[in-house]
Amino acid sequence: MAELAEVPVAPAATVLAQLGELKRLAIVPALNEGESVGRVIAEIRLFDPGFDIVVVDDGSTDRTAGIAADQGAHVLRLPFNLGIGGAVQTGYRFAFERGYDIAVQIDGDGQHDPAQLPAILAPVLAGEADLCVGSRFAGGSGYQSSFTRRVGIRVFAAVVSVIVRQKVTDTTSGFRAVNRKGIALFAADYPHDYPEVEATVMCVKHKLRLTEVPVEMRERAGGESSITALRSIYYMTKVLLAIFVGLFRRYAVPLEEEHRR
Amino acid sequence: MTPLPVSIAAAVASFLLLVVVFELIRSRRLRERYALLWLLTGGVLLALSVWRDGLNTIAGWFGVETYPPAILGAVGALFILIVLLHYSTVISRLSDQNTILAQRLALLEQQQREGTPATER
Repeated sequence: MAELAEVPVAPAATVLAQLGELKRLAIVPALNEGESVGRVIAEIRLFDPGFDIVVVDDGSTDRTAGIAADQGAHVLRLPFNLGIGGAVQTGYRFAFERGYDIAVQIDGDGQHDPAQLPAILAPVLAGEADLCVGSRFAGGSGYQSSFTRRVGIRVFAAVVSVIVRQKVTDTTSGFRAVNRKGIALFAADYPHDYPEVEATVMCVKHKLRLTEVPVEMRERAGGESSITALRSIYYMTKVLLAIFVGLFRRYAVPLEEEHRR
Repeated sequence: MTPLPVSIAAAVASFLLLVVVFELIRSRRLRERYALLWLLTGGVLLALSVWRDGLNTIAGWFGVETYPPAILGAVGALFILIVLLHYSTVISRLSDQNTILAQRLALLEQQQREGTPATER
């Protein structure tokens, strides 16, 4: 698991066959992504029409929710902005309560390419991982980002790699796939703003198997990134504090009972 | 110069503050985002208590020649003011959100009672 390159990228046909009758959900967090959310939904369907799609509208002021509903996605409209962590967890709660076997998380801004879903699904379907993260850096694709963002990503990657004793290159990627175990964990407990870093540590603490696969990400199709330069410094401090304190917790939170399913 | 007992007492008190805040975060009774200011408060007070020459120098800047530990009290009061102001903004946001939640609940209940979907897009 430590060697990322060893994870074979299964062809789409194999993955589709493995998906078979599994109840599967795509969780799409979106904040003012009216320009791109429709295309994201269409592309997920293009990869596999068997995916149910839930768009979590985190307090958008544009037509994000309307467009998603017109496209036949389930839409969860949050009454006000909860931040990415709260929004994504709403999706995992939906997945947990509706009894989904597998869930993928894809940003509504179009930076994640649904055509690359086979890459992140393969390790989970093969039973090799409970959580598989699509990494921009594992494969060495030319990902462009702001300077502060890149520094933050590197710092987190280094810190998290040491804590989880496994090489992690992209702790801020929101492109991932989880099995039922992962759904249950995230439904019960999910960190707040800038949550992927803490979520990675949390998973390993709960003995979930984590793996990364290289993916390429696209330029954002629309909307604005929710993270500005000054805020990233605040978030970095906060997240590092959260990780540090998290080290002294025995369990993050007791998981909800499966019978609620 | 600051009397040694004052320095020791102040250091112990600020260290205790840090320990309590840490334990509150660990036991999930305090969110990291609301803990940062408290940790900063504890950290600065601890530094000023331990670094006694520094406290003297800073007291000198403000013309406090007779009793440097007064600076500790002033810094502590300043931080408490900042924390309070921060909480005021947090309470304002919470009460706005509470209003929205109550309104949404009323609309949902009406919709459920009367069966008319108030579709808003």
